[in-house]
Order: sequence, then structure tokens, then C-alpha cells
Amino acid sequence: MTTLAETVSDSVVITKRNLIKVKRVPDLIVFATLSPIMFVVLFRYIFGGAINLPPGISYAEFLLPGIFAQTVVFGSTVTGASIAEDLQKGLIDRFRSLPMSRSAVLIGRTVADLGLNVISITVMALTGLAVGWRINSSIGEAIGGFLVLLVFAFAISWLMALVGLLVRTPEVVNNASFIVIFPLTFASNAFVPLESFPAPLRAFAEWNPVSTVVQAARELFGNVPAGAPVPDVWSLQNPALYTVLWTIAILVVFVPLAVRAYLRTASR
Amino acid sequence: MTDAVVVEGLVKRFGENTALGGVDLTVSEGTVLGLLGPNGAGKTTVVRILSTLLQPDEGRAEVAGLDVRTQADQVRAMIGLTGQYAAVDEYLTGAENLEMVGRLYRLGKREARSRAGQLLERFDLSDAANRPAKTYSGGMRRRLDIAASLIARPRVLFLDEPTTGLDPRSRLGMWEFIADLVSDGTTILLTTQYLEEADRLADRMVVIDRGKVIARGTADELKAQVGGERLELTVGTVEQLAVVTDALRPLSHGELHADRQTRRLSVPVTGGTDTLAEALRRLAGTSAQVLDIGLRRPDLDDVFLTLTGRSAEDADTTTDAEDSATVSAGAQS
Repeated sequence: MTTLAETVSDSVVITKRNLIKVKRVPDLIVFATLSPIMFVVLFRYIFGGAINLPPGISYAEFLLPGIFAQTVVFGSTVTGASIAEDLQKGLIDRFRSLPMSRSAVLIGRTVADLGLNVISITVMALTGLAVGWRINSSIGEAIGGFLVLLVFAFAISWLMALVGLLVRTPEVVNNASFIVIFPLTFASNAFVPLESFPAPLRAFAEWNPVSTVVQAARELFGNVPAGAPVPDVWSLQNPALYTVLWTIAILVVFVPLAVRAYLRTASR
Repeated sequence: MTDAVVVEGLVKRFGENTALGGVDLTVSEGTVLGLLGPNGAGKTTVVRILSTLLQPDEGRAEVAGLDVRTQADQVRAMIGLTGQYAAVDEYLTGAENLEMVGRLYRLGKREARSRAGQLLERFDLSDAANRPAKTYSGGMRRRLDIAASLIARPRVLFLDEPTTGLDPRSRLGMWEFIADLVSDGTTILLTTQYLEEADRLADRMVVIDRGKVIARGTADELKAQVGGERLELTVGTVEQLAVVTDALRPLSHGELHADRQTRRLSVPVTGGTDTLAEALRRLAGTSAQVLDIGLRRPDLDDVFLTLTGRSAEDADTTTDAEDSATVSAGAQS
């Protein structure tokens, strides 16, 4: 059996391997950062004037936590496609025939993708500052805001790892995740206040963890106006707690499932 | 001599499909076993079970005295695997690939680096060591893949169709590298569809077809099963065929076979080159114009044809169904 130290050291080797690819294929990083920049600028200036916000807040401040959430959740879908690619190329077979830790390949993958998300969120935050977004809270709270976003995305990475191991074709993983993630991020408070949603959709959006990630980030960055009405559902009243519960639940379910699928998978 | 690999009554089913129907084989330490068979015969399934990637349904499989089912972790530390498709990371350089695998075999940083250097040198990849593997040719990738499986000096090496997809020149090069490994004393189990490859590299062979062993032995033993050597010659005209048939009949140890269409005569003989020399003397005494003459020993294609009634290549096309069954079963598991 492998010890914890061996698992950590193997995971570091795999993480490094995955990050070298980011360095060698600069397109990856360009696309990972260009589209969020585009989103920030488009939404800020196109929808900015049309969306009714509570008084006391600019659309840029409302929007940025939403864009952060959407981008990191999309960013974590990379995990699925990359795992499927490794499977196709026989690399997973090679790793499985080595006397290495049984979970290190997946840990190294999800940690590397977390690294990518750190890069994109940094780029987006800088772009946001340029278009009028501001952090109106303490440094501690702001760090908390970024952590909530990144840890939630890390959990989604594990879900996507399982999808990649089961679906096994990178293109299919991408399309499938788009179909699920796109509505999930739009049926939320990321871009518009929930007050404008029809009732059933609004109920869904209120309990959608993407909404609570966004709400938690808004609160932690101080992007909620002082006079804003208190939400009337528990999830949005306690967004950080609700999000953390979701994050833990996803990890508890999908880490073991993904590791099990990894151990049983055969590349062809 | 002890056995580095022992397989007894190995059965593997994928759903309805029986990929292995009770395979037995052993590989003595320091020797090469060629596992021969067409696509879908079950060769890769045997390798995947021995390298702990698949669990057998029945039977026993041991590598270096360790059970692949219950002692999988220890088995993995003893083996090297080179699969059918070069499993190298295209974005890493050759050196980075080898160091990564070395580290995952739990070699220290320094040792992984020095082993990587030695293997790059040995497999003629030193010049390309710092280029991403993406820029490598097919042959170079295969060599890098084999180098990766050798980094921790495995006691048993599994090579699954190491030359499939390579051009003839790269294949010859690969054979030389493999022959080198053998002279180092590495135990190798090699699967191949190329009978010439097994003939050249393997000490002993096991031929499987549809998940069952249909023959085993040395190349010579297998060839003996399909008959001995023949003297074959081609003459200039059909009339001369009768002349040379008369001249060579006394040397024949069986029925002569003359083909008028190709103007070719085939004479079963014994005695090797002495017989060839005698045949040449007799032919010189005739007026026949001999275009081409030679001793031909049966090759493994003849063996396969005799054993299964079809050539190794025909067998490929009849077993597509088995291949697809393996794929879908893999997805379920």
C-alpha cells in the first residue's frame, strides 16, 4: 500500500506534468483568459444599462462575482476532457501499470486545473478592476471570496474527472458538459437579479449552488448594496455555508467514485 | 531455470464474449516468449491481466512469483509495460517523460535523471532528449515508450505488438533494440501478429486463436509440425519443367510439385545445403535455364495456415466482432 507521503509525492509529479503542458501550449492559457475578459467587457457594457439592479450598486460590481463563478465552473470541465485524452492515448494504462499511488493521477489532474483557474480568476479580477469592479471588504473576506469560488470549482473538477473516465472521448465530454453547465450558470443570479425570473425557474435558481457561490462571493467582496432586501430562502441567506455543504457533498461522493472508475477503467 | 511468468487456466469474459478460454503458459527467466495470434485472439488481454490492468475471471497468473490479483502492488514494481500505442506524453520532452516515469517507480530524483540519460543514449534519442515528444517520429515514440518501461530495470517486460504501425526500417531497428535487451537477461513476453518478428526474437512461442492456445514450442518445433524443407526453383520455359523434374527426382523425399503457370518446381528434400549443391550439379548437366533456386524452410505463416486453416491476415478480418466486444466491455467495467 502507498503511504500518504508517497501519494503526495506522486501527485506532485503528475501536477507538474500537467502544468508543463500549459507552459508548452500557450493557446490553452490564452483561451482560458481571453473568453472571461470578453465576457466581462461584453456583459459590463451591453447588459450593464438594461438590467434593473437594487439602488446603490454598479453593474460591474454585481457582475464580476457572477463571471468569476461561471468561468471557474467552466474551467473545471477541462478536467474531464484531459482525463479522456489521457485514456485515449494510453497514458492512463501506463500510469496504472506503475507502482504509484492509485489516486495520484486524479489528484494531480484536479490540482493542475485548480492552478489554471487561479490564473483565469486573476486575469478576470484585473480586467474587472479596469471596468469599475471594486472590492469593498477586508482582505481576509476578499480571500475568502476567492477561496469559495476555487474550492467549489475544484469539487466540480472531480465530478468531471468521473465523467471523463466514463465518457472517454474528449469532444463528447466537452459537449456534454456545455449542455449541463451552460444552463446551470445562466439559471442563476450570476448575470441578472433573480427577481425577474418566472416562479419555477426562480425556485430552481435560488437553490442552484452556482447562485449561492455567486451570492457568497458578492457578500465577501462587499458587492451587495447596503439597502438590498434580505433574500427569503435559507440557501441565499447562508450562501457560504450552503456552498460549502455542496462542495463537501460533491467531494465525498465523486472522489471515491472517480478513483474507483480510474482503477477499473481500460483504455480500449 | 525458474519461471518468471506462470499462467494457468486463465479465463476472461467480457459480457457474453469469452476473450480467454483457459490459457496456460510459462516464461522461463531470462527468455523471450512470443505470444502469437491474429487481432482479437486474446493476446492483449493476457498482457493486460499480467500487468494488473485487468482482473482475470478464473485461473492463476503469477509474475516473478507474485500473484497478479492479490499482490498487484508488488507486481507493478517488478514489471515494465509497453502497450500497443506509444504511451508517451507528447507535451513533455523525451527526458521529461522518462524522468516522470522514473519518479513514479519511486526512483530518487538524481537516479531518475541518470537512468533517463542512459536510456536516451541507448535508444538513440540523445539528440532529441530536450524536444517535446510531439515532434518525434513513430519509431522514436516507440523507442521512448520502451525506454520508459525499462527505467526501473524491470525483471519482466511486456511488449504488446512493439512494431505494429512502424515502417519496415524502424521495425528492423526496433528488433535490434529488443535483441539487445534479451542479451541483458531481461525476461520478455512479446505479442505480435508478425510471424517473422516472433521467429527472429522469441525463444519459445505460444500461438493463440480465439482465446485458446492452439500450438506451442520453439520455432523449429512449430515448423516441424507443418513439414520439412523444400527445394524450389523457377525455369525459363514450360518444356524445361519436365527436364528439371527428371533431373531432381532422385533427390526428392516425397512428391514433387510442378506448377506450369509459374514454371516453378517444388521438391521436398532433406540434407540442407549439401542437397542444394548436389541439385545444382545435376541441373548444370541439363540444358534447362534456371532463373532462381533456393531452399525454403516453412515459416510461421505456413504454421498458422496449417493450424487454423486460414492465414494470420485472413484471421484479422474474421475477428472484428471480438474486438468490438472487448471495447464495449471495457466501457462497462
